[in-house]
Amino acid sequence: MYQYDQIDQRLVDERVAQFRDQTRRFLAGQLAEDDFRSLRLRNGLYIQRHAPMLRISVPYGLLSTRQLRMLARIARDFDKGYGHFTTRQNIQFNWPTLESVPDILELLASVQMHAIQTSGNCVRNVTADHLAGVAPDELEDPRPWCEYVRQWATLHPEFSYLPRKFKIAITGSLQDRAASKVHDIGLHLVRNAQGEVGFEVLVGGGLGRTPMIGHVIREFLPKQDLLSYLEAILRVYNLEGRRDNIHKARIKILVKAVGPEKFREMVEAEWLASRDTAPQYDPAEFARIKAFFTPPAYESLRDEDLLSGRPTEFRNWYQRNTKRHKVEGYRAVFVSLKSPSRPPGDITHAELDRVAELADQYSFGLVRSTHDQNLLFADVRQRDLFEVWKALKEIDLAPANIGTLTDMICCPGLDFCALANATSIPIAKQINERFDDLDYLYDLGDIELKMSGCMNACGHHHVGHIGILGVDKGGEEWYQITIGGSASGPDAALGQVIGPSVPHREVAETIDRILDVYVSEREEGERFIDTVRRIGIKPFKARVYAPAHQAA
Amino acid sequence: MRQLIKQREIVIDDWRYADEDPTGRERALILPFARWKEERERWWLWDGRLGVRLGPTDPVSALEHDFLRVGLVAIEFSGMAEGRGYSQAQMLRKRYKFTGELRAVGKIQRDQLFYLARCGFDAFELPEGADLQVALTAFNDFSVAYQPAIDVGVAPLRRAS
Repeated sequence: MYQYDQIDQRLVDERVAQFRDQTRRFLAGQLAEDDFRSLRLRNGLYIQRHAPMLRISVPYGLLSTRQLRMLARIARDFDKGYGHFTTRQNIQFNWPTLESVPDILELLASVQMHAIQTSGNCVRNVTADHLAGVAPDELEDPRPWCEYVRQWATLHPEFSYLPRKFKIAITGSLQDRAASKVHDIGLHLVRNAQGEVGFEVLVGGGLGRTPMIGHVIREFLPKQDLLSYLEAILRVYNLEGRRDNIHKARIKILVKAVGPEKFREMVEAEWLASRDTAPQYDPAEFARIKAFFTPPAYESLRDEDLLSGRPTEFRNWYQRNTKRHKVEGYRAVFVSLKSPSRPPGDITHAELDRVAELADQYSFGLVRSTHDQNLLFADVRQRDLFEVWKALKEIDLAPANIGTLTDMICCPGLDFCALANATSIPIAKQINERFDDLDYLYDLGDIELKMSGCMNACGHHHVGHIGILGVDKGGEEWYQITIGGSASGPDAALGQVIGPSVPHREVAETIDRILDVYVSEREEGERFIDTVRRIGIKPFKARVYAPAHQAA
Repeated sequence: MRQLIKQREIVIDDWRYADEDPTGRERALILPFARWKEERERWWLWDGRLGVRLGPTDPVSALEHDFLRVGLVAIEFSGMAEGRGYSQAQMLRKRYKFTGELRAVGKIQRDQLFYLARCGFDAFELPEGADLQVALTAFNDFSVAYQPAIDVGVAPLRRAS
């Protein structure tokens, strides 16, 4: 994992001092509320329903156990004892006081962490595939490039006051596990006909009120041109993106307005004019960064039969919550934050500490956060899996539901968020209560359920196989349901609304009816999403909204 | 007398905006971009120093052939959210090699100065009433930076070349 040198450390320390002074000036009445707002947002500090919410950056989802323990300490000392992992691999705390934030940032800086650019109209945390570096299908580890881009984007003088927030995701495998097609920029490491590795560049994806899948504007960008090309895209956006309407300010709106082809021409023209004066690729500097991501000292092991004689519960967990590793004898292990007893993505201070212990013992002292709000031990010896399972089970982090209906993405919703129209955590609970039969969940197979409490779509509902969107109807909570969306792989798509929204109490019932249609229509081995693609939404619409035709 | 920060010092402004010159006696004038474009020939021959004031949507490329005559460019900021000026400045300095005074004007505040300076601004006309002494400290907020940038009066350590 990347380690700060003196320059990195000094920058983060100076940022803490700067924010401490800004907070002091605000509290002393020397800085107007509006001016402070723009400054605190650049440090991930929102004012929410109950208290300030502090979002802490977890660059491309990678955490050391030292950092995890610090997050546990912050949860304990400054929050009500827990944190919430987000869809952009960050963690947020819902209960710190404004006055304590400079102290929290100082503690974070002591473990090489910060909250820089976790909100505000600037380049946000650069995210990556959570299986980066261990996935068998990967062309190249994207994380050195994430770090390279992270440094470039940090306090970038020209691009810190963009029309709107800006999100970049980088992946190194075709099976896109970072939802890169719904990012402002998605970068895919690809190989060209000459055998060189470079980037496919997508622009203009995004969710929110106007969901869009990104467009490829360059099929192959040589690696050494990455920063100059990013600067060209950002400059076109900074100058041409709309600033008159916050809801039309994302780059996707600009790309749509001028058309992807014209946008590509604008970027290429800007790149031609600026590439010589843009930051130049420095091979030595990149090599310095890359050296931090060399694989850990794997033992030479064989794949083992782990299942014989083990309890069914372990076998289920193995099947659902562990993934193939590129190194023989190892598995990647999901730490599921989706137990029915917790709001999706939440974790307590004691659990954070215990996860850190387990990672030290079993996974080279590193933990990853995933974009679907779980944690991951990337490098666990197969022979340790049974012990790891038992340990995780003790603290309720081993529900064997990864990839199933109850491994849902869920925003904090109206319970915490000042933007939300409806609650989402109680809906998650309702769904968990209804679908508590694991055998049924396994029979349903891979289903991505994603839920947002408002159209800002933090819960990515548009790209859920099943999406749930909370809406406010005359002060009541209603939920609109979409099916057929997908964030991953070559065929990312937006879901379609199946019909009128349903009241709070009927959400799980409606999901149940949708699944009944799937079960009766599916072909042998067909996933939910594939059935939807094959038969379209009509059969679902007909049977979900016509009680007489309900499946028994 | 208007004061501003220039090259990290507080100085008296020796420029006037065109609408601040009722008598026609001033010899250092800043024209709105539209007026400069319309009356370019006439002003080219005028015997004073000339500056041009750009709004966020005025294209800096339109000044490409004017820098022999135009010694100052003022770029307007309507508020903290207005970020186009950072790109305009960067292009003026890097692409068009503009070496004259580059002034940020409008609703700018202390906490933006570091970014503005790194984009090539060397003069800062803060709103009336702003404490310029306090604003000067902003240049010392960071002693390091990741990006190569145009540092006029700000030269932090950096790693990338």
